[in-house]
Amino acid sequence: MKLSCKEASRLLSQSMDRKMSVGELARLRLHLTLCDACRNFERQLKQLRQAVMRLFEQ
Amino acid sequence: MASDFRQQIEAQRPYLLRYASMELRNRDAAEDAVQETLLAALAAEVSFAGRSNLRTWLTGILKHKIIDSIRRSSRERPLDGSDVESTVEDIDALFDQTGHWREPPQAWPEQALADKQFMQALEKCLAALPVRTSQAFLMREHLGFDTADICKELAITPTHCWVLLYRARMALRECLEKGWLKR
Repeated sequence: MKLSCKEASRLLSQSMDRKMSVGELARLRLHLTLCDACRNFERQLKQLRQAVMRLFEQ
Repeated sequence: MASDFRQQIEAQRPYLLRYASMELRNRDAAEDAVQETLLAALAAEVSFAGRSNLRTWLTGILKHKIIDSIRRSSRERPLDGSDVESTVEDIDALFDQTGHWREPPQAWPEQALADKQFMQALEKCLAALPVRTSQAFLMREHLGFDTADICKELAITPTHCWVLLYRARMALRECLEKGWLKR
């Protein structure tokens, strides 16, 4: 079963909060190799996390 | 000596207040948490002795006061289900019927975090989130709690917790793109 971007975005968010199953990781990886937008989204979630840490250090 | 310590602590009040206000999103609750922190710090002066960074030490105490405050307010005013339903609609609107992004995310510049305006936009966007959503997000991203603890303190289910965090991230990136990228 292929992931849609919507499902991928939900799983990418959860991957910031919990351990993914092997199946989830495989489906995500497959989607990300084919989808620039979701790769950008994944990167943004990490930038957001770093930015929040920095905001409180100011 | 004692009054020196009091002055040093007092000098950190504005920093601590900004910090608590971002976390709690309620000025009175933030002032209470800071006041409790300063009192606890005064009483614990001995345990600070020898540590190098007063701000870090005070922030450590403040984090506990913030969690206490969130816990109290969550018990008094539990979250209701309508909050989650509106979230699902918000997120649905970002995708077409086949589940593709309506506006596919573009890469943010690597140096975004060094941009003062990015950080200012982030602070504004955080303040625009619903209170509980923002509290859950900051407990996760800033205070580093795992979702099980966030659920417990906010008195919500794990699924609900993931939904709040997902919503927070989607709303923040939307808000940042509007308020910062497309300036």
